[in-house]
Amino acid sequence: MAQIVNCGDQLTVGRESLQALFDALARRGYTILGPTLREGAIVYDELASAADLPAGWTDHQDGGRYRLEKRGDEAVFGYNVGPHSWKKFLHLPTVRLWQADRTDHTFKVKTDEPETPQLAFIGVRACELKAIAIQDKVLLGGPYSDPLYRSRRARTFIVAVNCGQAGGTCFCVSMNTGPKADAGYDIALTEVLKNGRHYFTAEAGTDLGAEVLSELPCEPASEEEKSAAEAAVAHAAEQMGRQMDTTDIKALLYRNYEHPRWDQVASRCLTCANCTMVCPTCFCTSVEDVTDLSGEHAERWRKWDSCFTTDFSYIHGGSVRSTPRARYRQWMTHKLATWIDQFGSSGCVGCGRCITWCPVGIDITEEVRAIRETEVAPPTGEDGHGGS
Amino acid sequence: MSTNLIDVPDVGAAGVNPMVPRPYAVHKVRQETSDTFTLELAPEDGGPAMTFAPGQFNMIYAFGVGEVPISISGDPAKPATLVHTTREVGIVTRAMRNLKPTHWLGVRGPYGSGWPLTEARGADVVIVAGGIGLAPLRPALYQLVAARKYYGRVVLLYGTRTPADILFRRELQQWHSRFDLEIHVTVDRAIGSWRGNVGVVTSLIPRAPFDPHSTLAMVCGPEIMMRFTVQELEKRGVAMPNIYLSMERNMKCAVGFCGHCQFGPTFICKDGPIFRYDRVQPLLAVREI
Amino acid sequence: MEDLKNILTTHPFFAGLKPEHLQLVVGCASNVRFDAGKFIFREGEEANEFYLLRHGKVGLEVYAPERGPITIQTLGEGEILGWSWLVPPYRWKFDARVIELTRAIALDGKCLRDKLESDYQLGYELLKRFSQVMVERLQTARFQLLNVYESH
Repeated sequence: MAQIVNCGDQLTVGRESLQALFDALARRGYTILGPTLREGAIVYDELASAADLPAGWTDHQDGGRYRLEKRGDEAVFGYNVGPHSWKKFLHLPTVRLWQADRTDHTFKVKTDEPETPQLAFIGVRACELKAIAIQDKVLLGGPYSDPLYRSRRARTFIVAVNCGQAGGTCFCVSMNTGPKADAGYDIALTEVLKNGRHYFTAEAGTDLGAEVLSELPCEPASEEEKSAAEAAVAHAAEQMGRQMDTTDIKALLYRNYEHPRWDQVASRCLTCANCTMVCPTCFCTSVEDVTDLSGEHAERWRKWDSCFTTDFSYIHGGSVRSTPRARYRQWMTHKLATWIDQFGSSGCVGCGRCITWCPVGIDITEEVRAIRETEVAPPTGEDGHGGS
Repeated sequence: MSTNLIDVPDVGAAGVNPMVPRPYAVHKVRQETSDTFTLELAPEDGGPAMTFAPGQFNMIYAFGVGEVPISISGDPAKPATLVHTTREVGIVTRAMRNLKPTHWLGVRGPYGSGWPLTEARGADVVIVAGGIGLAPLRPALYQLVAARKYYGRVVLLYGTRTPADILFRRELQQWHSRFDLEIHVTVDRAIGSWRGNVGVVTSLIPRAPFDPHSTLAMVCGPEIMMRFTVQELEKRGVAMPNIYLSMERNMKCAVGFCGHCQFGPTFICKDGPIFRYDRVQPLLAVREI
Repeated sequence: MEDLKNILTTHPFFAGLKPEHLQLVVGCASNVRFDAGKFIFREGEEANEFYLLRHGKVGLEVYAPERGPITIQTLGEGEILGWSWLVPPYRWKFDARVIELTRAIALDGKCLRDKLESDYQLGYELLKRFSQVMVERLQTARFQLLNVYESH
């Protein structure tokens, strides 16, 4: 039955009421996006109803390995993250920035009205919330603001899910990004299957979230329900598949630009750029200016790019980072070290996608460990290389 | 909480797209040397002329071909004409070189940090330019000359390949004829009638007239030349924080989004291109960084 | 002679030489002057002297029939011109042509060479100073070789 809901109230919503959440969002004009099963993976796509969620499935992840398996129960969110991240909806992979038509020697530029769909994300994990916040910082928090990202982001409704289990490549605990969502959501759910019951504890993080929750059949959560939810999250925290020691990691990587480990990883890395495609915080793009055959109509497009390509660092004469060694080093050092100087936080949220989707199973946590354990003469106290 | 955005100011209506170029008309295309040319542009949309700080650059768009970063090489006190000097190095610059007056280009900018002309007040100023590196330094020279009384000795050391590659010859000669500027030009090699210096630009440093303990140095040119120049300046006693370089990397957006121009933790488009040497010295020492 | 002694004694190139060595050097020195356009020495000639340039500008040139004279370096006030007198086969490798009227102190290399063979200490002191000059010229030449201003 409908309730007055305030931010921070802990409520219980029955499994059967999940569709009501979809309905409440649809009524408000949201396009609902969330996890669904397709081609052997759990991907993010448009959901027609709660039935599209991959209930009863789980994933097994390891370096270079991803397999789905049927669960023994009907948990709706009983898996971790797949190859997609929410950045494909906010920081579009391909987008036209503007078009222009030539008349005589002049030209006129026309920008498209940014399509401002209302998107609702269902099932955003804590690590993903942090990743979205990190991309917000990059694309909105600097001297310039990306209007395309801004218009899509401003209208996004986020239903977070606290993980009840951790994946084989997860290390959000090491990165202090989960498994519990603490901010950045409109509604946060924790799924509980216990003693024959299947429910969600729910909490609103914003007024809009509270408003939506109040339209669902819900009850204040009992102490037992609350502790069952907490236990599920604690269980996830204990199961982390990977671990990364982030002590002084910026200084560690700044003083090890010439560590032989980079040669070692370069001998395995195919520079396929999978890691940058699946990483929820990688934001690099390229700009392409195109024209039609007549030469009278031009367009500027922006597309996802990767620092692993040889062209990425090309200046007249050649590429600055021509070797795979330099490119892998750039990606990892940026993600874990220079990102901190640039944006005030690590660029890594511990989601493990780069480990799972690397065809040769390169593991960022293992690379950090190897450098830390085998560096020659660590200094006594002082920060190493790097600007500020 | 009213929004699920954390750490970022609440977004209002979508603002101006920083990737849209402004149309400028070409007023003149001047061939400076065999591979270098200058564009003189003026805005054609009725809007204000672009004001800029010496050292800044624009993203210049050739319709349907592409966009490249080019340093502004004109006089900041004469903003009505926007001047860029560049080498022809690819399809975009080649398309620009073939433009004629009344053709249009797209311009975005100005971007980046400028030369430390305010910090240099009260000190001697040494400018060391190599090849096309003189172009982003010319606006600084204009400003130094215009505000001459605020500076001590002003010295330009300019090196290029051959006498035929000397840029802005007439202006250099005009400045050379002043009593309050030292202009020293050298070439890597010369044939025929050249009676000026032959030798690398760094060889001009040991005997250049400036007080190393009260000098600000501004250096621009190929990276090798800048590294060697800094060594010579340091040998003469100029402290690292008093040396500024202009760096260059691949750029696609110039507004800090595309990630291409990263140089260690810096973005050349917004943290540079002008950098204080002590801040980038460790990065310059790392190959392929 | 007095004037020459003064100049040589206070010149940085000879700083630190013992008084008797300095005396030797002064004994081999003379004032010279070259008008613009004149050659100080030619490629292939016997190298029997070196010069401390006091004033003016000299260009080191190499001549190619299809290209004419190519200047590879200019030297000016305070610089040392010529080291081939010190190293066998004691022949100049380049032409030295005066660009601007040049006054210099010429040092008799042949005379010095004989003295160096008997006084190893003086030999070492001069070689120490000349190797510095050679290193700088080599570094300069290498930099020029890099062709940094070219499109690649």
